Amino acid sequence: MSVNATPAGADVAADETATGTAGRHAAVPAQRSGRAPKTPLSENKRAERKLGWLLCAPAALVMLLVTAYPILYSIWLSLQRFDLRFPAEREFIGLENYVTVLTNEFWWTAFGVTMLITVVTVAVELVLGMGLALIMHRTLVGRGIVRTAALIPYGIVTVVAAFSWRYAWTPGTGYLANVFGEGAPLTERASSLAIVMLAEIWKTTPFMALLLMAGLALVPEDLLKAASTDGATAWQRFTKVMLPVMKPAILVALLFRTLDAFRVFDNIYVLTAGANETSSVSMIAYNNLIRGLNLGIGSTMSVLIFLTVAIIAFVFVKLFGTAAPGSDDGERR
Amino acid sequence: MADIVLDKVSKKFPDGTVAVAEVDLEIADGEFVILVGPSGCGKSTTLNMIAGLEDISSGELRIAGEKVNDKAPRERDIAMVFQSYALYPNMTVRENMAFPLRLAKLDKETINQKVDEAAKVLELTALLDRKPANLSGGQRQRVAMGRAIVRQPKAFLMDEPLSNLDAKLRVQMRTVVSRLQKQLGTTTVYVTHDQTEAMTLGDRVVIMRGGAIQQVGPPQELYDHPRNLFVAGFIGSPSMNFLHAAVEDGKLKTALGDVPIGERVRRELEGADAPRELILGIRPEHFEDAELIDDETRRRGMEFDAPVEIVESMGSDKYVYFTVEGERASAAELEELAADAGADFSGGGSNLVTRLSAESPVAEGQNRRVWFNLEKIHLFDPTNGRNLTLHEGRAAGALGD
Ligand SMILES: Nc1ncnc2c1ncn2[C@@H]1O[C@H](COP(=O)(O)OP(=O)(O)OP(=O)(O)O)[C@@H](O)[C@H]1O
Ligand SMILES: [Mg+2]
Repeated sequence: MSVNATPAGADVAADETATGTAGRHAAVPAQRSGRAPKTPLSENKRAERKLGWLLCAPAALVMLLVTAYPILYSIWLSLQRFDLRFPAEREFIGLENYVTVLTNEFWWTAFGVTMLITVVTVAVELVLGMGLALIMHRTLVGRGIVRTAALIPYGIVTVVAAFSWRYAWTPGTGYLANVFGEGAPLTERASSLAIVMLAEIWKTTPFMALLLMAGLALVPEDLLKAASTDGATAWQRFTKVMLPVMKPAILVALLFRTLDAFRVFDNIYVLTAGANETSSVSMIAYNNLIRGLNLGIGSTMSVLIFLTVAIIAFVFVKLFGTAAPGSDDGERR
Repeated sequence: MADIVLDKVSKKFPDGTVAVAEVDLEIADGEFVILVGPSGCGKSTTLNMIAGLEDISSGELRIAGEKVNDKAPRERDIAMVFQSYALYPNMTVRENMAFPLRLAKLDKETINQKVDEAAKVLELTALLDRKPANLSGGQRQRVAMGRAIVRQPKAFLMDEPLSNLDAKLRVQMRTVVSRLQKQLGTTTVYVTHDQTEAMTLGDRVVIMRGGAIQQVGPPQELYDHPRNLFVAGFIGSPSMNFLHAAVEDGKLKTALGDVPIGERVRRELEGADAPRELILGIRPEHFEDAELIDDETRRRGMEFDAPVEIVESMGSDKYVYFTVEGERASAAELEELAADAGADFSGGGSNLVTRLSAESPVAEGQNRRVWFNLEKIHLFDPTNGRNLTLHEGRAAGALGD
């Protein structure tokens, strides 16, 4: 943030006079430090800001109506003992539900499984997606076909894809069931998790690739040419020029995918239904809330998932400086 | 440092475009060569082929005597400066300049020393810790230069390095580039669009059109002895005046009167397939107010009367625009030049740009008698653009024997 405090700023002004373009760039540092000094806004600026708020207002209002109510309502539910099987025992109990969930080993197992799936799938997707993006970016012939083909998995409904994976791994009928010798892979914990992750990766790598390809388009051709003449090998061009320039896009892609992966549900629901300790947090929240009809505990889990997702987003945005790709990146560094 | 030789180098893109056609060019060690030409004539493509950023379709490219057609850019040891500067946005100025050295695996101390040295030459020392985003255009340009010079490469290749700067800064940087090149004595190929850069910077200028070289030579030679219509029209600002000229009874009928022709041109025009219509070219500075001419000079030229349209007083001299009657000169080259230069050639009627002495009392709206120098006239064949007045590479004017 605000790389340019006063000394650097003053320097710019001095140097500009020397090179004869005074004033043209002198305004940059002031603008850059943005929120730090509370200088009075000019009439123009204020009008602009007001317009900005007005333009956002309708969307913000709809968002509030649609999301704020359910969120607040689940928080309210999570503070009560509320089991639909025993409606008479409904009672406000403060944070007791949270204590129950957070001291429960099933919750933590599911949390671990979710974390594992998140980290592994996002990491693998990043690598594969980057490869795919590079291929799609570089192909000159049949560009459209390559892109369409790569996107097919993402276009298939997750549940449908999950069923096809399940049948593929089912002993007797599935074509994949025996690739790792005899046995039913979906009945063991490790292999089940591996299959869940495989299904996830297969499905969402194209999405990752698409986001990364947008990032690749941000790398100017001249920059790579310059690196070539500066003596960089293809790998050095990739690691030292492309990746740093693409960083904002990569972070956005990672953020999207991490948030998505953390809420993994459909694949597990279809492939294992949570058997052999393969439940994700979303799975057990669903089991408690919908199947167990325990609104209190279920809501508590939902709120916890919401909080975790919020923390992940916060970490990405604040610590890694994730911003929309293409937004002024000089500002965040 | 090294010489660069292009031996029938061509570039054909996969879509069939021939961007560069059989270019022959020898660039001596330490020479500063400028590539100019209208947009799309293949300047960048030529430069990219020398750098190794584009494959060579046919022909041979030699750097320091060694064939480099199949070598990667990093094996050619050349440095390139781009119009967009192409600075690495994630690195500071210091890191940007150190990048080629780091890739060459020099030790830290040497790198720092070299970067500091280059920074000093380019007055970048105070900016070393900035990111490119926080620099002005001129400063970025200097960093790009710095990145090229730290490495002491065999050659510098520059693709319109100054065209993103404003006019004043461009003039400043031009001298910086020129001084730097002289100091370092590194072979340089410099692509530009800009007349002035082409005329002032290089030892030799290469004029390209449609992927082919039109003429190569020192700037003054191209200016005085253009080999064809295209070169004549491209070099010079304001550009040469072109008038329609019909060959009749051993004379040229033009809007400026009947122009006599000398022995040599007459012989040229005697052939059966010789053109009956020519294009007469004359530069603005070869006109003068007839009142200010002494008799000795008067004899070497001709005079005509024409209405004055516009007078632009430049202080040292006056640009005076006349309208003259008569057909307009037309040739493919002129149309191409007009398209590239905007309005320069496309005025209605026949427009004449002249540069007269500042003492001339010429005023807008009046009729003025103007003298022009017959020895400086060029005659072009409109079908192929060839300069007919050129003899053994020298232009002898219409009267030359
Ligand atoms: N990748 C490509 N595929 C096909 N044609 C191309 C390609 N790159 C350039 N060309 C064509 O080759 C010709 C020469 O292009 P080049 O970039 O060398 O022109 P230039 O002289 O540098 O022009 P400018 O002054 O506008 O930069 C142009 O007609 C251009 O359209
Ligand atoms: Mg170009």
